[in-house]
Amino acid sequence: MMGNLRIIIRLAWRNLWRNYRRTLIMLAAIVIGVWAMIFMTALMRGMVDDMVKDGISALPGHVQIHNPAFRDDPTIANVMEPPSGKLLEVLNRPEVVAWTTRVRVPAVISSERDTRGVTLVGIEPDRERGISFVAEDVTEGRYLESRDDRGLVVGRKLTEKLETGLGKRVVIMSQDQENEIADRGFRIVGIFDSKLDQYEEQFVFAGEGTIQELLGVGDAISEVAILGTDYRDVEGLRQMVADAAGPDVEVLPWNKLDPYLGSMLAVMDGFVVVWIVVVFLALSFGLVNTLVMAVFERVREIGLMLALGMTPRNILSQILAESILLLVIGLAIGNLAAWATIEPLKGGIDVSIVGQGMEYWGAASILYPALYLKDVILANIIVIVLGFFASLSPAWRASRYDPVRAITKV
Amino acid sequence: MKSVRCIDLCKTYRQGDVDVIGLDHVNLEIEGGGFVCLSAPSGGGKTTLLNAIGGLDTPDSGEIWLAGNRVDNLGKGELAKMRLHQIGFVFQAYNLIPVLTARENVEFVMEVQGVAAADRRARSLEILEEVGLGGLEDRRPAQMSGGQQQRVAVARAIASRPALVLADEPTANLDSQSADHLMELFVELNRNHETTFVIATHDQRVMGYARRVIQMLDGRIVGDEQKEAA
Repeated sequence: MMGNLRIIIRLAWRNLWRNYRRTLIMLAAIVIGVWAMIFMTALMRGMVDDMVKDGISALPGHVQIHNPAFRDDPTIANVMEPPSGKLLEVLNRPEVVAWTTRVRVPAVISSERDTRGVTLVGIEPDRERGISFVAEDVTEGRYLESRDDRGLVVGRKLTEKLETGLGKRVVIMSQDQENEIADRGFRIVGIFDSKLDQYEEQFVFAGEGTIQELLGVGDAISEVAILGTDYRDVEGLRQMVADAAGPDVEVLPWNKLDPYLGSMLAVMDGFVVVWIVVVFLALSFGLVNTLVMAVFERVREIGLMLALGMTPRNILSQILAESILLLVIGLAIGNLAAWATIEPLKGGIDVSIVGQGMEYWGAASILYPALYLKDVILANIIVIVLGFFASLSPAWRASRYDPVRAITKV
Repeated sequence: MKSVRCIDLCKTYRQGDVDVIGLDHVNLEIEGGGFVCLSAPSGGGKTTLLNAIGGLDTPDSGEIWLAGNRVDNLGKGELAKMRLHQIGFVFQAYNLIPVLTARENVEFVMEVQGVAAADRRARSLEILEEVGLGGLEDRRPAQMSGGQQQRVAVARAIASRPALVLADEPTANLDSQSADHLMELFVELNRNHETTFVIATHDQRVMGYARRVIQMLDGRIVGDEQKEAA
């Protein structure tokens, strides 16, 4: 078989171009199919990446430390000590890109016109920068200057709902650890415009020290948010932090903190496979039809080769080689076309025309296609492997021809 | 040594709803280096016998021996191997692989046999020269006349130096001049290489070149005439 590989490939290659119009049409179908597989996957990956990154930057970080009761009851009753000792040493390792502490409680914000329920987040402004969206998204006024800053940063949508604005005073009301009302007037010093409206309505930010003072919790905090290097690979980071933090706290990765967001990645991985297989199935009809026609046109020739001493396996290999060559060329051009289309769009595609729908999903109105090598490899492997199996039937039929009947076929 | 030996060969095949007797208790021996014509009218059994000898078709009963080895009971793979190494075929038409050049067609069997590229090339060019196609080695079948194509087929059949060449109506699609040239070539190759030729034909002129003519009718051998060399 290996000895005949050269003649098999030579015959396959030349037969491929014998009816070049048919080959080019089939090639075009494969190229478009492969392009669609990769391009659409990159768009969907980009969308999910964006959603996950936005979700992560909406406070979770990659890993968080909480009081074990905090997730069920996220109030000031379930706080914990700030990092110290071994945990502090771990948080300063190079695996940790950034970390911060927060006090986070449900609260009510009132302007002179309206009242809303919000999540009040006391932050360390410098540490928070780079972990969550707030520092970058302040578009009016200023960001918080220190943990004792007495100003308030709120979202644009919230100011609209409360009919208030920059420089105006609002009242924040929550509960302290004694279950007493803790309220205080704040001046709005900054307004942020987030990618997602829901963040603008949900979160209000103040200095961590100011909130600790308001709630009377000393230096206690609600959470530590930690950012690693890759949101797709956080288990190592989580384990390292959990080992250092000890058993009295809960250390969770972002995909457990936000299971909906976490499930997006798994759903996306499954969807990519389904998408590629569906596109291939559409392609496979054309591929099999092309091969059946090619075999049908060459019955006498195949009979001749069998009569001259080629084995049925050689014939099978020849037809399969023809299919694989066609697929490989189609894949090469399709991959190149997908790359050439995605590369210029890496700066983002404005989908604001459907922006509201996208935001409903938790995605932004600018899509950044994300071309992952693993997706390209997956698409190529699926096309080659399924293409091989789809071609088996016509190839098998050709190899089973009876040489006498094949040669005399009119 | 006997090149071909057939013992009591029988073959019936179905044509539509009718059973047709292809071979009816055929017994035949052909000496090595022989030049034999199988002559019969259409449906007389000459092609069936040729296909059986060449391992392209299996008899219902009887034995076929080639160069002292029984071949009628071989499997498909073994038959393919036997055809590849021991037999050269020339068919009536559609003899060449269209996507290969004349030289590549001649090299085809040798390449499948695994002959080294340099040897293949040298031998194919030499044989193409011998069959009068020197200079046409890079032409594809579509660029050659019917006679030239048959010569390429003959060159391919003998290039691997098989002990036996089976030719089924090799001149049927040729004009008389080309047919004569082809038969002269067969005679010359038979003489020079001592290759056994078995040619199925109903063309009297072709029979004129043979040293032995076996007459068949309805699947039976009805005559066996030894002649002087042409």
